[in-house]
Amino acid sequence: MSTTLVEIKHLVKTYTRGDQDVPVLRDITLNIERGDFIALMGPSGSGKSTLLNLIAGIDKPTEGILRIDGQDISQLSEGELADWRASNIGFIFQFYNLMPVLTAYENVELPLLLTNLSKAERRERVELTLNMVGLSDRMDHYPNELSGGQQQRVAIARAVVTDPTILVCDEPTGDLDKQSATDVLNMLKDLNEKLGKTIIMVTHDGHAAEAARRVVHLEKGELLGEVV
Amino acid sequence: MYYLKLIFKNVFRAKLRTTLTVTGLVVAIVAFGLLQTVVDAWFAGANSASNARLITRNAISLVFPMPIYYRERMRSIEGVKTVSYSQWFGGIYKEPSNFFPQFAVDHTNYFDLYPEFLIKPEELLAFKRDRQGAVVGRKLADQFGWKVGDVVPIRGTIFSGNWQFNVRAIYDGRDEATLTRQFFLRFDFINDELKKKFPRRGDQIGVFNVLVNDPSRAADISKTIDAEFRNSLAETLTETEKAFQLGFVAQSEAIVVAIRIVSFVVIFIIMAVVANTMAMTARERIAEYATLKVLGFSPAYVAALIFGEAMVLALFGAVVGILLTFPMAQGFAASPAGAAFASFAVSASTVWMQIACAVVVGVVAALVPGWRSARVKIVDGLRHVG
Repeated sequence: MSTTLVEIKHLVKTYTRGDQDVPVLRDITLNIERGDFIALMGPSGSGKSTLLNLIAGIDKPTEGILRIDGQDISQLSEGELADWRASNIGFIFQFYNLMPVLTAYENVELPLLLTNLSKAERRERVELTLNMVGLSDRMDHYPNELSGGQQQRVAIARAVVTDPTILVCDEPTGDLDKQSATDVLNMLKDLNEKLGKTIIMVTHDGHAAEAARRVVHLEKGELLGEVV
Repeated sequence: MYYLKLIFKNVFRAKLRTTLTVTGLVVAIVAFGLLQTVVDAWFAGANSASNARLITRNAISLVFPMPIYYRERMRSIEGVKTVSYSQWFGGIYKEPSNFFPQFAVDHTNYFDLYPEFLIKPEELLAFKRDRQGAVVGRKLADQFGWKVGDVVPIRGTIFSGNWQFNVRAIYDGRDEATLTRQFFLRFDFINDELKKKFPRRGDQIGVFNVLVNDPSRAADISKTIDAEFRNSLAETLTETEKAFQLGFVAQSEAIVVAIRIVSFVVIFIIMAVVANTMAMTARERIAEYATLKVLGFSPAYVAALIFGEAMVLALFGAVVGILLTFPMAQGFAASPAGAAFASFAVSASTVWMQIACAVVVGVVAALVPGWRSARVKIVDGLRHVG
């Protein structure tokens, strides 16, 4: 099995605003190895979130090659992409994006509904995952009954419960206090180091980026370089 | 199950909005049900009319009478079983607002033609023995508190003067559709009184009520009766009792059409209200729907969530509305306004129409927000987060 999980070649993303084409990513070439933990950094408008969205399969490139685990996901239809995301991607958002009407347990169970697991199997997985993020005593709590750090831990549990190939994190500590941010980063490091999860994280925060093995800088849609 | 759980939790998320929307739906469904019931009640008399009974009237107009002796010639026509007659009396009991139908009838056999009027034999006999006797429907007797033996004073309009009638019988209806808000008096009594004052107006009758042996021959017998009186002083027009009553309803058809239109306008308005609610709901939750799509849920699932929520709202409003329609219809039927109708009962077809309207409201309200939410790009939806 190849060690390159994400293969990006001459990737271009252009948005159309009215009559104008606005280039967001220009000729990006980047490889991400299996089991890597990479931080994408850059100022606002640098294109890091766009790159993350492309890798996560929630947006499509204008040009170039984007292969995940050998599969060119830019060729997939919307329906195929949805199925692909369900089994390959775990997404962690800055503002957690939990369903406010569902409990922590139900939020974590949500992606498992797209699998063939039985109810008992789902329960086992959800409890195991919530236990892993230290929230086994908060299963029946609704998001508004949890702190920001706890909500993000629920979001992490939801992202990993399907055992995805890649964890995609968009500013996961951006809305957290220092202690909660440290807890979340430690959790991501554990997921990377102990469970071998490949993590791609967008962040503004230099401290957060230190948790990653590699830091890639973008500016004005171009890859500037990387720090290992 | 999860889908339903998510829908129900979302429905009751904005409690005030949901309550107001459902309240609006309930009001609309009740209003629709009551208006449809008014339309049904309008046609109730015609629908309950017998096919074995014919009505013969003056061919020029109902206001012109016919000689009473026509009866003997009608009796001789083949297929005619019984001939009776009735005359609109049109008096006023105390106040004009106390209106109720009054008919002067042939006391000897009129009720033989109407087995749906259930009269105790001894009371019917008492009516036949008393020239000033009257037979009163149960609903009318209840409305004015009349009992057998009471004297009812009525001021004549067509037949001028102050008349007094003795309640000799109170009849019940065989079924709900039977009119029990009528007042029957004896034609011979008013006819004799009339002849004393206006001899030339005597022995004239408004309609003949004809019972035929075979309802399937009603059309032929009608033609035969009218042919019998062709080129006579008062030519006749004979039709089935149902056609005769529908003719009355047709005179007020514009009102019925207006009521029907208003009932559907009410539904259209609530459809706009629910559509607006669903549009607001979908707009507020666009980030959540985008998140569901990120997790791998299809656009169709997102649309189905909105569709399901709209349907739950609509059907919840429909169930409460339908349940409230029945007591409200009963309340209306018991009121003076409702007493004008023989039957004011919510029919099964009205309930089905209420359900159908709720389904249409739910589907239409969910169409645009469901379609938009399904189509919105994930990246655009996620931007609503922050």
